[in-house]
Amino acid sequence: MDRLLEIEGLTKRFGPITAVDNISFSVDRGEVLGFLGPNGAGKSTTMKMATGYLSPTSGAIKVCGNDVRQHPIEIKRRIGYLPEGAPLYGEMTPHSLLNFVSDVRQLSREQRRNGIDHAVESLHLERVLHQPIETLSKGYKRRVGLAQAIIHDPDVLVLDEPTDGLDPNQKHEVRELLDRMSSTKAIIISTHILEEVDAVCSRAIIISQGRIVADQMPSQLEERSRFHNAVGIRVTPDGAERCMSILHEISGVRSVEQVIQSSGLSELVAFPVDGGDIIGPVRAALDDNGLAVSEMFVEKGRLEDVFRDLTIGGPGDDVGGATMKEEADHA
Amino acid sequence: MRNSWIICRRELSAYFTSPVAYVFIVIFLALAGGLTFFFGNWLERGQADLQVFFIYHPYLYLFLIPAVGMRLWAEERKSGTMEFLMTLPISTGQAVIGKFVAAWIFAGIALALTFPIWITVNFLGNPDNGVIVTAYVGSWLMAGGFLALSASVSALTKNQVVAFVLSAVIGFVFLMSGVELVQSFFRAWAPPKFVDAVAELSFLTNFGDLSQGVIDVRDILFFASVIGVALFINTAIVEIKKSS
Repeated sequence: MDRLLEIEGLTKRFGPITAVDNISFSVDRGEVLGFLGPNGAGKSTTMKMATGYLSPTSGAIKVCGNDVRQHPIEIKRRIGYLPEGAPLYGEMTPHSLLNFVSDVRQLSREQRRNGIDHAVESLHLERVLHQPIETLSKGYKRRVGLAQAIIHDPDVLVLDEPTDGLDPNQKHEVRELLDRMSSTKAIIISTHILEEVDAVCSRAIIISQGRIVADQMPSQLEERSRFHNAVGIRVTPDGAERCMSILHEISGVRSVEQVIQSSGLSELVAFPVDGGDIIGPVRAALDDNGLAVSEMFVEKGRLEDVFRDLTIGGPGDDVGGATMKEEADHA
Repeated sequence: MRNSWIICRRELSAYFTSPVAYVFIVIFLALAGGLTFFFGNWLERGQADLQVFFIYHPYLYLFLIPAVGMRLWAEERKSGTMEFLMTLPISTGQAVIGKFVAAWIFAGIALALTFPIWITVNFLGNPDNGVIVTAYVGSWLMAGGFLALSASVSALTKNQVVAFVLSAVIGFVFLMSGVELVQSFFRAWAPPKFVDAVAELSFLTNFGDLSQGVIDVRDILFFASVIGVALFINTAIVEIKKSS
């Protein structure tokens, strides 16, 4: 397998603060890694080190087999990077900025034409190509930032919150773009949007307080949610009570919660014992009792829930973090 | 070299897409002309030379060059574009040189735009144009010295006002290191050899000969070394600040 990014024992301290604490992971060609974590967890710091901007306190980073510290220029050629907040020279136009980046990246005439055309087209920048960047909307700025990161067709793409400030249509387009590029590159994106992880990432790392607390496929992360395989049922309010007692009787059901009232219906969620499959027994029990339900569905699990479990809490979390990391290594 | 030139070109075009450049040039020309005519009494002197034109340059640069240099790095740091720039495949040294050269060319353009006074003096009399050319080159070298100091200071802070004030103070020390005010400050605690060495660092002394048309290699070397050392420090500061 083509290992394009390797990070080993990476640590960064700013004075007394440890922003990134002994992180190790690697990304292969064809992978899209989602980097999740609360604000200040160390996502951006890790990305800054991986792209050669910050130098680590300790640990090693290899991009395409080259050590970042020994070959800083070489690795920067192989990386496309969208920094946090997409900082760009405001007085330049997207056109002049992309040409400037092509110059610095020493693209041949053909590479430049193809690179710029492809980036402009897939990010829909045609309309603003000759407008100063400082006059553009947040969404356009972000897309210009993305464009400069991809024009040289890099092996490794590091994107810090690439869809921040985009509207739903633009988000969708960026995700499709990432999807198209993913087979030939190693891509890392950081995001706060958990649905994005489901939509584009083949793997997700959750970091909290500078440490990796989970490193799994999104579906595996969802399995860790207490909602995994839970059965949601919508019934009329007068049937809710009876439904609840029926659900309690089923042996595979650990607990039942009344979650929300929506559109005049009560929603109940039956949680299984140990994430087991309970949809069969639940349906049978409801049928036997002749209870009509408006809607019934199986939950895959909620990433939000897992995210909160893994990242909330004080230093006591660290113990859990360590065991979870072991699990991740096994997986 | 190639990368420095690309950075330099981008910087230069950035100067001229913002109003800062034009404001700077207008103020520079107005002050340079005003000082020459009103304080230097250039016309009344009745001499076909530009002595009183060049004599004010050190003081003009003291305040105007920090205004150009203050934004070089402080602005990059403040707006976050430093991260964008430094993750492109260029070395810190190349970026430092590119940015400095752009600012220096810009200062050169402002200086070159004082050419009407040179035409005037040729119209009115028969000046020694060799002396004038030497003085122009000397003035530009001195501007480079001030600029390199400003650029280093600019890398220290995100705040352009702080960068401006600090650059002006450091520029003042370099400008005046030969005069009594600065000398007595050092004489109080430093050995005499050091005090003499400080005097040698004076921009005023080193520009003095050049402005009168005397080409002394030591003066040229002096400004070249100030630029070299300051840019070296500039590179180190950028490297350190980037990682903290």
